[in-house]
Amino acid sequence: MTTNTTVLDVKNLWVSYATDDGALNTVRNVTMKIARGEIYGLVGESGSGKTTLARALVRYLPRNGSISSGSISLGGVDLLALSQRELRKVWGARVTMVHQDPSKAINPSIPVGDQIAEMARTHLGMSRAQAKNKALEMLEKVQLPDPESVAARYPHQLSGGMLQRILIATALTTNPQFLIMDEPTTALDVTTEAVILDLVRDLLREYETAVLYITHNLGVVARICDRVGVMYAGELMEEGNIQQVFKQNYHPYTLGLLGCVPRIDASKHDIDLHTIPGHIPRPNALPDGCIFAPRCAMAEDACRKERPSLTEISDGHFTACRRWSEVADNIHIIAKDKSEEEEIDMSEIPLLLDARNIEKQFKVRRSGLSNIFAWKPDIVRAVDNMSIRVRKGATMGIVGESGCGKTTFARCIAGFESATSGDIFLNGEALPYSIKDRSKSTLKKIQLVFQNPDASLNPQHPVGQSVGRPLALLGNVLQSEIDQRVRELFEAVNLPADYVHRLPHELSGGEKQRVAIARAFAANPELMILDEPISSLDVSVQASLMNLLAELQKEKGVSYLFISHDLAAVRHLSDWIAVVYLGRIWEIGSAQDVFSPPYHPYTEALLSAIPIPDPNIHQERIRLQGSVPSAVNIPSGCRFHTRCPRKIGAICETESPTWQNVNRFHSICCHIPLEELNKLQAPITVEEREQP
Amino acid sequence: MIAYILRRLGMILLTLLAASIIIFSVTQLLPGDVAQVILGQFATPEAVANLRAELGLDRPIVVQYFDWLIRFIQGDWGTSMVSRMEVRPMVMARLRNSLMLASVAILMYVPLGILLGVISAIKEDGMADQLISGISMAFAGLPEFVTGLLLIGLLAVSFDFLPANSSIEPDTPFREAFQYLILPAITVSLTSLGYISRMTRSSTIDVLRSDYTRAADMKGLPRWQVLTKHVLRNSLLPTVTVVALGIGWLIGGLIVTESVFGYPGIGRLLVYSIQRRDVISIQAISMVIVTIYSFSNLIADILYGILNPRIRLGG
Repeated sequence: MTTNTTVLDVKNLWVSYATDDGALNTVRNVTMKIARGEIYGLVGESGSGKTTLARALVRYLPRNGSISSGSISLGGVDLLALSQRELRKVWGARVTMVHQDPSKAINPSIPVGDQIAEMARTHLGMSRAQAKNKALEMLEKVQLPDPESVAARYPHQLSGGMLQRILIATALTTNPQFLIMDEPTTALDVTTEAVILDLVRDLLREYETAVLYITHNLGVVARICDRVGVMYAGELMEEGNIQQVFKQNYHPYTLGLLGCVPRIDASKHDIDLHTIPGHIPRPNALPDGCIFAPRCAMAEDACRKERPSLTEISDGHFTACRRWSEVADNIHIIAKDKSEEEEIDMSEIPLLLDARNIEKQFKVRRSGLSNIFAWKPDIVRAVDNMSIRVRKGATMGIVGESGCGKTTFARCIAGFESATSGDIFLNGEALPYSIKDRSKSTLKKIQLVFQNPDASLNPQHPVGQSVGRPLALLGNVLQSEIDQRVRELFEAVNLPADYVHRLPHELSGGEKQRVAIARAFAANPELMILDEPISSLDVSVQASLMNLLAELQKEKGVSYLFISHDLAAVRHLSDWIAVVYLGRIWEIGSAQDVFSPPYHPYTEALLSAIPIPDPNIHQERIRLQGSVPSAVNIPSGCRFHTRCPRKIGAICETESPTWQNVNRFHSICCHIPLEELNKLQAPITVEEREQP
Repeated sequence: MIAYILRRLGMILLTLLAASIIIFSVTQLLPGDVAQVILGQFATPEAVANLRAELGLDRPIVVQYFDWLIRFIQGDWGTSMVSRMEVRPMVMARLRNSLMLASVAILMYVPLGILLGVISAIKEDGMADQLISGISMAFAGLPEFVTGLLLIGLLAVSFDFLPANSSIEPDTPFREAFQYLILPAITVSLTSLGYISRMTRSSTIDVLRSDYTRAADMKGLPRWQVLTKHVLRNSLLPTVTVVALGIGWLIGGLIVTESVFGYPGIGRLLVYSIQRRDVISIQAISMVIVTIYSFSNLIADILYGILNPRIRLGG
């Protein structure tokens, strides 16, 4: 049970970095307490100072960083008074850390078991043999199958989810008082994330560790945290328990962040996502008054004059907003309901893209000794018979875990990869597989936006030139016309006109992605392939880009093929959704249908895994174990049977399932009859939890 | 791994074959006729023609090449045109001497270079780092004949510590030869030291900044344990490769140092043979150097594979 023993007590902490521009106060005046057994979620956008704060709490700052004032007490020990040597006795024993990217945070050349055992040897004074046993015990605690064999392996032989379990096992070996988890699930698939979060929740209950959980994902906070602090530009804006912050928040920034997250029960036709205009200010260019005022929809003159401090409003609920009492009345700033749009019969809309039975196989050479004897290379069936239709002006969303073949499929449509077999029709006209064989007019019609705008914009060219380039290449037009068109495109994606002369490195991540979108629109395409276009961006930037994409679609009638692992984003943007696993589609239908029962068991598991930023949401707890099998050895029968939580028996292992039609547009490929699925499955609902 | 080594060995055979063609062709281009060189400039044309026939020089060039190649592989490397001695024992004795010198040099500069590199990395941009970088770069930039002469002037002439001249008999045993090896070894070391320490420095800095080093720090392991167990194991990987590659470079590259000190190594023999147009010796020495170079490359890659679990275990 949670007791009220304070483990971490931070008072008025200031952290600054010495830089060429002078001292930057990256964390200012942070006061927080974390009790035993409590999971404290720290949320904020990138650049808000979360990681700096975490590193300051354990006094492990980069060389140019220092704590300029304040106090940190851990279990009654004043951390700031310790020498470097004493500090090393605290690290690992009383405070541990789980890092963001598990594949980088584990030493690549030491077996993972030894990396856990060294904790036990250093801090628990165990012998080599005892420490080895302790490591095995910890591996079992984090539910890794066959601990003996896992312990002997090197990191590159294990999946991301397994590595994250190993980091958690390492961090809990010494049963520390305080644990810092820095974005521990951000690098993982949503299904793996859900499993890890369950594990973390259960283990931390058992160990009664005080935890600082850093994340940018409000859904994750809602799922596992007890208290939450919202950080903005180095200061805490609001702090309280989960119910207070999510259900009755007293700060417009919190409200805004919540409004940025797409909802799984509404789409672009129902709402516009809330956006937070502007950027986080740099620590040396803070506004005079409230630091959030320049971006705040509720700011008034008084807000810009005096900076409010964090004050306790009710029991344990703090806010740094002087108009906190009005926040609840301003709920309209985030819920922009759209007027009811007319229902259109979807079958009336003509088809734009009709891709039939697309297959893509890669040959790979095996490594090692077997290579001499096996001259035949292995075949990876990355895309194995996928058919998709995209209607004019509509969005087809493709979802699935990483490695399911969704990107390869999109690249086949675009012609970057030549499909092995299948037919691609655009406006009824058959397209050659390779981009080299396609006509200029076809090339214009299909455009792409990639996940990482850095990799797709030439760092040496002004971004305006990058946008104008397709115009010059795909048609003979005058330079003045190109300039005019580039200006129009910049306006369409809401970028200031003078940005055309800037170089990519002078732009933020969201701005660069806007440039990439503008470039894709330059050719006036009919089909845009969006491959994870928003995944690497902050929530507020994601929201504004999704609004932009929806708006441009309405204006220009373009169709999108939207590829993402983020189901909420797919739900928001898509009219149609295809769920892909191991190179094949298992469920396809209108967005609304796919998100309500009956679902394919895989869809059900994906939906159940989505972290929804609402502590009162009721989600069935359906978890997928393990990771996606290799596309070299595809399981027999239904290829999902190895992980299916609803497997019904031998038939799943031996026979391929057939398509069952739920309605005219919604089909599921599964052995379980639809009536059965309907009975078993529940929709995702929000329930008012009973107050204790 | 085994498949890889076999493949690499095949590649090495091809490389050696190509090298043999180049070496043979180039030596054919050297000015002067071999028979003429042997008999001297006052020989009668009949005598020269007779010797040419005896040596097989009147046959087509391709036939000569294959004849030479097959004999070379069989171990018959011919007779030196200058000393009239068998080439193989002569080259092997010199090779042994060069290997002795290279080993002593490697034992000097590798540990020292790694140590300096690690110190520089830990004290990145500090006084120690800048001092080490500055001095080692200065020596790396100086040619061997300058450092060699400086050392002779300082340690041999001024202080009379060590012999200035290393021209020992080619078959001197190591124990007796050792004192003559020290000065040339220091010369070679000073040139290579900067390379090793820079390499170690940059890879160590990368590893020190890695997430897993931070994680090891946060585990509260003692600083030295973080360094030895977590950092060096990864950061020395590239250095190991450089050292193994250095073996090949040393054998061929000792020419200048051996000449400065008059040390009877393979490099000096090569220079001597070229000066005397001793085609037979030049061919044999060049082949030996190419072979050693190829195999040290292979050893470098195998070592890297063994030390790096990613390659050792696949995945």
